[in-house]
This record gives sequence, structure tokens and C-alpha cells, in this order.
Amino acid sequence: MKNNVLKNIMRFVALMFVQIYLFNHINFLGYINPYPYVLFLLVFPFTANRSLYIFIAFLTGLTMDMFGNSGGVHAAACLFLAYLRPLTLRFAFGVSYEYNAIKLSKVSLYGRFVYISILVFTHHLVLFLLEVFNISNILYTLNKTLVTSIFTIILCIVFNILFSRRIE
Amino acid sequence: MQQIINFLIRNKNFLLFAFLLMLSLVFTIQSHSYHRSKFVNSANWFTGGIYGSVSSVQDYFNLKTYNQQLLEENARLRTIVSATKTGDKSIEPLTAANSPIPADSTVQYVYNTARVINNNYAKIDNFITLKGGSSSNIQKDQGVITSQGIVGIIDNTSSSYSTVLSILNSNFTTQVKLKGSEHFGTLQWDGKSPNIVQVIDMQQQAPVTKGDTIETSGKSAIFPKGIPVGVVQDYTLDNSKNFYTLSVKLMNDMTSLGHVYVIENKARVEIEQLENENYEE
Repeated sequence: MKNNVLKNIMRFVALMFVQIYLFNHINFLGYINPYPYVLFLLVFPFTANRSLYIFIAFLTGLTMDMFGNSGGVHAAACLFLAYLRPLTLRFAFGVSYEYNAIKLSKVSLYGRFVYISILVFTHHLVLFLLEVFNISNILYTLNKTLVTSIFTIILCIVFNILFSRRIE
Repeated sequence: MQQIINFLIRNKNFLLFAFLLMLSLVFTIQSHSYHRSKFVNSANWFTGGIYGSVSSVQDYFNLKTYNQQLLEENARLRTIVSATKTGDKSIEPLTAANSPIPADSTVQYVYNTARVINNNYAKIDNFITLKGGSSSNIQKDQGVITSQGIVGIIDNTSSSYSTVLSILNSNFTTQVKLKGSEHFGTLQWDGKSPNIVQVIDMQQQAPVTKGDTIETSGKSAIFPKGIPVGVVQDYTLDNSKNFYTLSVKLMNDMTSLGHVYVIENKARVEIEQLENENYEE
């Protein structure tokens, strides 16, 4: 239990660090910065208390907002991600989720891909809608959401495969 | 009563979600207006400290560029100094000792230096974080420039850090004019390229040509007159056919900022007091 808490704190610090120092400054094609910090929320233990999880998601987003001077856009996006996670889990992994029997490192790559894609896309859509904050720029917003989502999804899956230890 | 409590317990996750969402929306809306919340910004000891520690390492790799910029600025200032020295030698130079005017009343603008520890340019609303805050005389609403041109306006300060509303921010506006004439317009950014900004509402009579220099007009208490902004790249008449819209290529490279000057206007309080009196009447 204690080990698990420590592991999550370490993961939080590490992901925030690479996000703020590396991925916030990529500026690929001038405007694309992937946000792989959401991986922290994606791999957060599925069995955790839901209220606690929502609150932690809020704090994670708020930390990003402090570093990026962006008000509360990351906090709102992370909240949506956290609130929709149980629904997505059920959709992606089916009934086995109900018995709390799954681990992200044990499911098929396809299931992982669906789960990560849906949540990352939701997160990015809310994030950019609030960041641009202008409905007349909706095409720009959707374009940015789509392109950035693709990069974030690739990074999340790569990180997930690299860092998940298979327990035999 | 029992039912209300049951309802609250059953929906506690949703209520928590809704409450926190409200909170983040409030922060978001505040961040889209000009004067923002003091709560969520990077001018605090925590984020400022982390940015500061890493940017000191990055600074090391940019020393060559900074030296080059300083040399260029020195050369320009030396040219100005030598130009004034070649004037009439018979007039005794005015010094602080023999001047009839007290020294501090002639100095309207004081320049403080600060180091950029974080810089963004890929979003629509970009902010820069500086090392240097109220303890080094940096206050809200002071102008920020480099040796090449303008950078932004101080937005929030803590004792040793401050955030800057960059010119690459949809909330940024300032008055600018054509060099060599008094025709002025409003500078803003459309959120697209970090090298190009727009000037709107420039009078149609203004003698605009491509390659003209745009500089600050000195009509606000923030920037002194004549700080370079950029070069006119293209211009069109707007729909009403009365005003030009110019696209201006910035002289500053906003994507690579190292050290900046923060301008303190000594006359600012006096100017604002006077202007407020007029509004009240």
C-alpha cells in the first residue's frame, strides 16, 4: 500500500518534470505541444477511491496551470478525464473491469489503445476549447485537438510499454 | 432530511466533480480578462524557484548569443554618445552639480534588468516568467523590452519573481506609430505566427510603405516613445476603407529571450492621477 503511494508520487514528479521542461517547449510545426503528463491519471490505480481520484486530477491540472499561467484550463480538462474514466474503462475492457480484475499492463494492446485514445482526446478537446475560448475559431481548435491528441497518444503508449514491468 | 443526506452521499462524486469544475472555470474566465487572479500564476516561490534553477543551466549555453547582443547594444550606444560629444565644445557640459534642475526630476524612465526563466509562444495567451520582482522595484504594469524591441507588460509580481503579459497574448494591446510621422495605431496579435503581429486602426492618410519601421508612440505611461517594434511586411485597407491593417514583422525574436529590461516610469503615478481626475468630472 505504502509502496503504491510512493510509486504514484514518484510518477507524478517525473512526468511533471519532463512535461514542463521538455514537452512544453517542443513547439512542433509552431504550435504542437503534446501533454503526456495525463499518463499519470490514466495509469492511476483503478481500485482507488473515486472522490480522491477526482480531487487528485484537479490538483494535477492546477499544477500544470500554475506553470503555464493558463488559469484553470488543465484543471477542467483533467476533471473531465477523471470523471469519464470509469465509463471508458467499462467500454474498453468490458465486464472484467467490474470485478476489479484488470491491470493496464495485462490487457491487450488494442484495449489499451482504445482506453488511452478516448480519454486523451476528451482531455485535449476540453483543454483547447477553454484555452482558445472563442467559438468562431472552432476549426482551429478541432485541428489543434486532433493533431496534439495523436502525438500525446503515441507518447503515452510508448511510455506505458517502456515502463510497465510484466509480472510473471 | 434523511433523503437529502442520502442523495448527497450517493452523488458525492458528481457533486465534487461539479464543484471543482466550477472552480476551474472561474480561474479560466479570470485568465481571459486583462487583470487576472493572483492565485494561479507562475510568479510564486514554488514554480518560480523551479523555473529559475533549470534556466540558469540553460543560460550557460546561450552566453555567446547574450554577449553578441550586448556588444551590438554597446556599439549602438557608443555611436549615440560620440555623436553628442562632437557638438560645441565651448559650452560647459551640464552635470548634476551645476544643473539648475534637480537630477531626479529629469530622469523619467529607470531601467531595471531581469532574467527570463520561462517563455511561451505556442499558445494564444502567452506569458513569460522573470526572475526579479517587487524587491528589485519591478511592479505591475511596467513595460518590458530587450535591446532589440518590446516584449510585454508586467502582469503579476511576487517578491522575487514576476510574470509578463507577452505581446504574443490576445489580451495585449498598446499604441504604436510609424517612425518619422505621428500616425498611430493599435498593436495586437492574432495568435498565429510568433514573428508577426498586427497593427489595426492606422489612419488611411498615413504614408505607409512596406519596410517602414513601427515604434512605440509614448502615448501610454508604460512604454517611452520610440522603442522599436518591427518592420511593416504587408498592409491592407479594412472593410470600412478608412483604416489600414498592417502586419508587422517583429524585430525581437520572441522565441529566444534571455535578459530583458523592465521600465519604471517615475511620472506614472502623476499621469494616472491627472487622467483619473478628468474621468471623474
